[in-house]
Amino acid sequence: MYKWIHQFGSPKYFYNISLVLSKWIAFVCIACFIAGLYGGLVLAPADYQQGDSYRIIYIHVPASWMSLFVYLVLATSGAITLIWRIKIADFVARASAPIGASFTFLALTTGAIWGKPMWGTYWVWDARLTSELILLFLYLGYIALQSSFNDKRIAARAGAILALIGVINIPIIHYSVEWWSTLHQGPTISKLDTPSIHYSMLIPLLLMLAAYKTFYIYVALMGVRNEIIESEYNTAWVKKLLDN
Amino acid sequence: MSESINIFFVMLKRDLILAMRDKTDFINSLIFFIIIIVLFPLTFGSDAKLINELIPGVIWISALLATCLSLESIFRSDFEDGTIEQITLSRYPLTLIVSAKIIAHWLTFGIPLIIISILMGLIFSLPVDVILALFITLLLGTPTLSLFGSVMVVLTIGLRGSMLLSLLILPLSMPVLIFSILAVNNASINQSIIAETYFLGGILLLAISLAPIAASAALRIRLS
Repeated sequence: MYKWIHQFGSPKYFYNISLVLSKWIAFVCIACFIAGLYGGLVLAPADYQQGDSYRIIYIHVPASWMSLFVYLVLATSGAITLIWRIKIADFVARASAPIGASFTFLALTTGAIWGKPMWGTYWVWDARLTSELILLFLYLGYIALQSSFNDKRIAARAGAILALIGVINIPIIHYSVEWWSTLHQGPTISKLDTPSIHYSMLIPLLLMLAAYKTFYIYVALMGVRNEIIESEYNTAWVKKLLDN
Repeated sequence: MSESINIFFVMLKRDLILAMRDKTDFINSLIFFIIIIVLFPLTFGSDAKLINELIPGVIWISALLATCLSLESIFRSDFEDGTIEQITLSRYPLTLIVSAKIIAHWLTFGIPLIIISILMGLIFSLPVDVILALFITLLLGTPTLSLFGSVMVVLTIGLRGSMLLSLLILPLSMPVLIFSILAVNNASINQSIIAETYFLGGILLLAISLAPIAASAALRIRLS
């Protein structure tokens, strides 16, 4: 078990295996995107209340799920960095932060675009919107902290502490804001036994979630490979790789 | 064990004496606090009713900004002259030492800030209930800010100044701000503020138990 982890954590091994994996992941990602978009935008029926404009959920909902998921990845890899000092975890965190910030931004903007016809305004001071906005600030703070260190090892460990504090704070922020005011509609998906969404709408949504997740993995792996080449610049195998 | 407790008080006393000898830092941040509060009525006009509704929130935002500013100095001189390295190398638990420094900061900055806030409340002739709510929320909220802030201070010390520090502290201080404002609003319409007080107390306990550990871990990282 431990042997496997160490092998997986070695930059050279990780680089090679991620190259192989990326091809498959890209394939799954494109397939899910096409199927999800076709199912969501063409096959799924229009909503009886919102008409066709509800279809933005196929972009919006996966983006906001991923925004939280990527922050969890940041915190998890931060913990791994602090406890086991595995280099790959540093790289994963560093590569994930900008992607997570982009997902958060996408969720906020698509929400605003949907909000204009539905709520009559681009922005309301509602609980979920506000906590999503604060999440964006947490991401930006993380990126700002990371980029102000010259030494990448120290940057990774400082960022790890920040991500861990942030992840403890996210539920507190969420519930404090929720208590403060609520307008956003209640969750639809989490009631898995009796979902309040019809399967013809749910299946494309889940496909889109898979597409987003594989897209994230694909882009993050690309970033990690970049970091590996940058930090292992002086090793023989990277030189050989770059010569080709 | 008693030796460790001893070092806690030695450190606390040292920081308090240092703060008393060099008052500029914390007096400046208190003046900054007062100026921001005074600026708001100047911007919103002299409508007494409007000002009365706004001023508790204004006091809280000013407290947040002033804490950000004053926290910057908590480790600065020790970091610059290398004292903090010697402390980290010593055999005493770093968590205790860091806690002593944070408490010293709160005693010299937080308590005067609370007193000034109450005076401000009296000057703007707020209702007694609102002033009481302001007192309770500041009493529970400002130590939380100092504790979480100290971790961010250690992470950003020696980096690009206080901008980065504010960027890190302000999003994380949102829950404290929200619960405090809710409590003050409830007090202004004669509602109970028990629930918000419990939440603020809970967050404070969380901060007390986690922030010194995180701050000393961050300190070791910064000095590695």
